[in-house]
Amino acid sequence: MATPGSIRIALVGNPNVGKTTLFNRLTGLHQRVANFPGVTVEQKVGVLAGSPNVKVIDLPGTYSLTPRSSDERIAHEVLVGRRGDAPDLVICVVDAGNLERNMFVVSQVIDLGLPVIVALNMVDAAQENGLAVDAAVLEKELQVPVVPVIASEGEGIDALKQQIHHPPKPAERYRWTLMDAVDAKIPELSKQLEDEDPEIQPQHTRMEVLRALAEDEALNTWRSLAPGFVRRIEELRGEFSERGIAWKHAEVSGRYAWLGPIANVAVRRVSEPATLTDRIDAVLTHRILGPLFFLFILVAIFQAVFSWATPAMDLIEMGIAALADGVRMIIPPGWWTDLLADGVITGVGNIVIFFPQILLLFFFLGLMEDTGYMARTSFIMDRIMRRVGLSGGSVLPLLSSYACAIPGIMAARTLDSERDRLITIMVAPLMSCSARLPVYTLFIAAFIPAGTLLGVFGYQGLVMFSMYMMGTVMAFVAAAILKRLVFKGSQSYFVMELPPYRRPRLRQIFWRMIQRSKVFAVRAGKIILACSIVLWFLASFPDVDTETQTTPIETEAEAQRTAQYAVAQALIPETDVSTLMDSTASSDSILVQAQSIIRQAERDYAAAMDRADIVRQSAQIQGSAVGYLGRILEPVMQPLGFDWKISAGLVSAFAAREVIISTLGIIYSVGDAEEGVALRDAIKADRYPDGRPVFTPLVAVSLLVFFVFALQCMSTLAIARRETNSWRWPIVMWLYMTGLAYLASLFVYQGGRLMGLS
Amino acid sequence: MTLQELHPGESGTIVGFEPSAISDRLMEMGMLPGAEVQVVRLAPLGDPMDLKVRGYHLSIRKAEAAQIRISKCEA
Repeated sequence: MATPGSIRIALVGNPNVGKTTLFNRLTGLHQRVANFPGVTVEQKVGVLAGSPNVKVIDLPGTYSLTPRSSDERIAHEVLVGRRGDAPDLVICVVDAGNLERNMFVVSQVIDLGLPVIVALNMVDAAQENGLAVDAAVLEKELQVPVVPVIASEGEGIDALKQQIHHPPKPAERYRWTLMDAVDAKIPELSKQLEDEDPEIQPQHTRMEVLRALAEDEALNTWRSLAPGFVRRIEELRGEFSERGIAWKHAEVSGRYAWLGPIANVAVRRVSEPATLTDRIDAVLTHRILGPLFFLFILVAIFQAVFSWATPAMDLIEMGIAALADGVRMIIPPGWWTDLLADGVITGVGNIVIFFPQILLLFFFLGLMEDTGYMARTSFIMDRIMRRVGLSGGSVLPLLSSYACAIPGIMAARTLDSERDRLITIMVAPLMSCSARLPVYTLFIAAFIPAGTLLGVFGYQGLVMFSMYMMGTVMAFVAAAILKRLVFKGSQSYFVMELPPYRRPRLRQIFWRMIQRSKVFAVRAGKIILACSIVLWFLASFPDVDTETQTTPIETEAEAQRTAQYAVAQALIPETDVSTLMDSTASSDSILVQAQSIIRQAERDYAAAMDRADIVRQSAQIQGSAVGYLGRILEPVMQPLGFDWKISAGLVSAFAAREVIISTLGIIYSVGDAEEGVALRDAIKADRYPDGRPVFTPLVAVSLLVFFVFALQCMSTLAIARRETNSWRWPIVMWLYMTGLAYLASLFVYQGGRLMGLS
Repeated sequence: MTLQELHPGESGTIVGFEPSAISDRLMEMGMLPGAEVQVVRLAPLGDPMDLKVRGYHLSIRKAEAAQIRISKCEA
């Protein structure tokens, strides 16, 4: 699969060392998000700027190659060649200000036998912190090329590229010393493992043996393949323990015993360490000021996201409507034109419209990450999050989910603990995402009075806020229940580096915002597109033969027009009125009068025809599969106060929540152009046959509550399936959220009725 | 004593670990027997801890710190 002459470079390093910045510097704009071969997990792949045959892969940040979090598993598997060929060259990015710990993973990569270049990054920040790193000494000690760079400023990139074009030979492996007692057993264990698994690559045997010795999880992976090896390791562990040999951290100690002295000779303290980070932390993680600041930041972000995104969203909405109209004008009418305009363009438009909000939220999250504040929010929140079965690391995924659950669920990858990660994924869709917003807006505007409480808080704003609160609180409750029921007894932990604060680099934040949004657009876009097409078919078939039938509106309009023409004709018996439309203005006042009557008649007729079209569409959806499903569901949904039309809307909203608005728009025969206000008026005016209103404020609240909790999003299910690697979790997710939505709406509607509300 | 018992500002040298799910991870991050650890501060709700080890800040929970045996360094 690798083209001849092309080489693959992998970027490896701890989190927060500027790996992605370096990746961007190396590849410029020639990068894309791709899937790993075999499984669908994103990797960032780019082409080295100026060298089209050099591919660069940005691996997830990792402290070690021991696969624990799913991010680390990916890094590990790529490097040992379990996902395509092993890379031809590895660039290890290390933070000059934190050399010793950063070199740990470097020593592991060297031991894989791959050629390594060390990019000594953030030498400027280290300098500010009073540390000078001697690259030459480091190079001599590690026996791999070391290139000092400042990725954020683009310094040293040329030197690094030079080095890439003259790749080193692999350095000598295993130069650190394993304690004698353990080392003595390695040959025997290696032989046993190779005997039992002839397919193991010999250069990885030592690594696998050390890992199996240190970690139960690694050991268990051999249980069926190499049972004798596993038995022998278990024996040895017992033996070592009896002799007081610390077998557990034999490897780690050996590596640090090698790296510590290297760091000591390579790093010099040239001035007093900077105290800026400590002074900022004294405020931002202060007992009282810290949480207050966090709350302030959250409110500010939401305020900005909602108010700044609105103009852009309006523009996009207009653009999409114009595009759909344009398509209708260019392509001759037919069902495929309808599919393109109503299904594809409108469907994809439904997701494009959220881009401004999603971009803004990602921008702010990127800002929090880049400055180092995000790690502090985890630090502040961990205690609270832990009580409900989450961890401080869940803060970022859950905040992202306010934009969209898809990036939120993907962000959970960084969580070490499988339990924390799964619970985070399971509750992330309860955070109110931007797709719920248009639904909230419509029903709140229609049924919640505009007044204020105590003259300060608008009722509508309060209800909107409570929608977000309800989802958030329920996410915590659901997490707590999952923790007690499903993940009883499993481990949760929190290990998080608190990086030094630094000035935000806008370019970097911008880049990350674009990349995340891209992933969202591609993931969600594909599914939304597919669902929009399916939904369009469900709403268009079976084809109700509305075209050939004449609606009463049309008959009436026809009669009206004829009558008007007769009135005009009576005014001017000697002229044929049908020629009047085209004739120019006349000075004869009677002629002018006749002319204006006819013009008015034509205008009325055209308007009536438009109305008739909408009525046809309405009849179509009533007779379609969606309408049918709505009627089937009606008895089930009646206890929540929903009639068949709302039920049909909910069916259509299964693919994506916001679709309910266009579906209701069609059912209520409201033209696209006037949708906003007209739909609001139409649902308020709708009546059951016995005269009761279909929509009361109570029904509206019940529907709002349903939307807060229900999982109506195919994309979320698909992403949960991918991230958990099974259908089990997405199915559980859908069932519990739908059940929750139903019960909550039932409670609201029936409770409200008991209290005499309507 | 264990790392959990240290107050902010106090330091200790790691002596050993009780086996736990994250002892491997902590060791890889440099929290090895013999390494010196300082408790810098506690989170607003008293937990987790902000530690300084090998020149960088690391945050872990008290429950995790309770698994780490240390000998306290006298100031």
